Amino acid sequence: MRAGRRNLGTYLVVGPFAILLAFPFYWMLVTMFKEDLDLYNTGNVPYVYNPVQWKFWESATTKHVEFLFTDTSYPDWLLNTAIVGAAVVLITLVVSLPAGYALARLSGSWGQTAGIGIFLVYLIPPTLLFLPLSPLVARLGLQDSLLSLILVYPSITIPFSTWLLMGFFKTIPQELEDAALVDGCSRLKALTRIVFPISLPGILTVVIFAFSLCVNEFIYAFTFISSTEHRTISAGVPNELIRGDVFFWQSLMAATLIPSILLALLYNAFLDRFIKGFTGGAFR
Amino acid sequence: MEAHAARRSKAGTRRWRRALEDRRVLAPLLIAPAVIYIVLVVGVPFGWAIYLSLTDAIGGSLRGEWVGLDNFTSLWGDSNFRRALRNTLIITLASQALVVVGAAILSHYLLRDFRGKWLLRLLIILPWAAPVALGTIGWLWIFDSLFSVINWTLGHAFGIVDTTDPPQWLGRPNLALLAIIVVHAWRVLPFAVIIFLAGLASIPSEVDDAAKIDGATGVKKLFYVTLPLQLPIALVALLFGIVFTAADFAVVYILTAGGPFNSTQVLTTWSFAIGINSGDLGQGAAISLYLFPLLAVVSIAMLFFAKRAQVS
Repeated sequence: MRAGRRNLGTYLVVGPFAILLAFPFYWMLVTMFKEDLDLYNTGNVPYVYNPVQWKFWESATTKHVEFLFTDTSYPDWLLNTAIVGAAVVLITLVVSLPAGYALARLSGSWGQTAGIGIFLVYLIPPTLLFLPLSPLVARLGLQDSLLSLILVYPSITIPFSTWLLMGFFKTIPQELEDAALVDGCSRLKALTRIVFPISLPGILTVVIFAFSLCVNEFIYAFTFISSTEHRTISAGVPNELIRGDVFFWQSLMAATLIPSILLALLYNAFLDRFIKGFTGGAFR
Repeated sequence: MEAHAARRSKAGTRRWRRALEDRRVLAPLLIAPAVIYIVLVVGVPFGWAIYLSLTDAIGGSLRGEWVGLDNFTSLWGDSNFRRALRNTLIITLASQALVVVGAAILSHYLLRDFRGKWLLRLLIILPWAAPVALGTIGWLWIFDSLFSVINWTLGHAFGIVDTTDPPQWLGRPNLALLAIIVVHAWRVLPFAVIIFLAGLASIPSEVDDAAKIDGATGVKKLFYVTLPLQLPIALVALLFGIVFTAADFAVVYILTAGGPFNSTQVLTTWSFAIGINSGDLGQGAAISLYLFPLLAVVSIAMLFFAKRAQVS
């Protein structure tokens, strides 16, 4: 009985918050399947689908979603985002795995300080750096090329990933490694054969978060890339699908909802590990 | 002779191998790539931004005539800049105040297990998982001048606002500022909840037991046990939130593009307007660097609390 009442209180508090926070996504979902006549009629209740001219079977449509995939560069942007994300994740892992391990295990107190130092780099935001970087990118001949993003994004993902990996490595018992070392394994072999396989869940978490940081980034994607077909979704959707005062709201909402839901599902699956990794860093 | 050289090279690789087993050699070797990458892609551009801010460099170039601190001082005469600075502070402080209160309440309840927690948690983290530029487009539609769902609800359903002349959320300076604050709070709240949860989870259960034995329950426990223990990591969440909000470009750019009449410009959008659109690279760099004192204070505070959290 008591537990039941406590849960009711939880729902009463968490429920409204969840509704408020998720509302824009519900709104995207409702909008993306609407007919123009329904959407742009303020006499209609906007929360539901209203039949157009009494034909209730024609009250919703997928044509605006189809338009997005057949008549715009959206599929290209999805592909570009996937390419950039995959390449950045790869670079991030190659650089952060050894660094995270070394900071967790091999270094003493200076390692702690270096770890926090690397983490603090995350606090020098792209908005401070895009002005010198965009002429620099042009000078290197990387203007309007995905390569510019692939090379620059690791500067955002490496600090964060190194920090998370440091936390994960600290949770692996030292004895496992010591046993391998006693058995004649070299330290590097112990690293690749013992430590990395065990930390696979942690590594996967880093993959998810590095990837989502890439999808999220806006100002570099906006200033480095200029042609429509080379855009990523973050910069492509607001800059190419909104033209002057003409808005294709249904298509726009589909374009924003699809990546958001995918990322949220991934996030949710790895959230508990992320929480552990975050506190496992310097806060332990 | 040849055999001698081979023996020597073999000894060389052995020495090299042994060196790799040494922590003092291996640790810097493993950390070096990360440090080099960050120095090249963050350190060098950052230094360059400072250099540019001291010159009169113009669009597309990487050099200019030295002008000292002129770019920084001349900005104070510009009312648009002062407003951008003021807006940055207002938006950051107001949205983070909302975030901290919301996150404290939500994390307290989300720590428990209850049916449907998975779904509710998914809904709550949606705004953080969604790319910021895309989430903001959703809000652009919610705040639409003609078809705003807020205005429909307030006007047609509740009759609070005049349906023939509804509030223009993004068309009036104060309302637009409010809209920007709401979007930032909406976006950062899930992140703060996650970090708060991490903080609560790291409080050992022994502390709970000890508090129970000492008779600390309810509000007393909250103020004397939970809050002090949670404070360091809560501050980390707050400091991060400040950086995310103050340094963000997409929300303001997409919602209002700084308008109406530059009334909602923030430092990042104004530095873009001057540095890229007007091509005054030096001035633009100076504007963005006004963010730095704010971020530096945040960083130092963060170091301080991270150290303290480590000790306790």
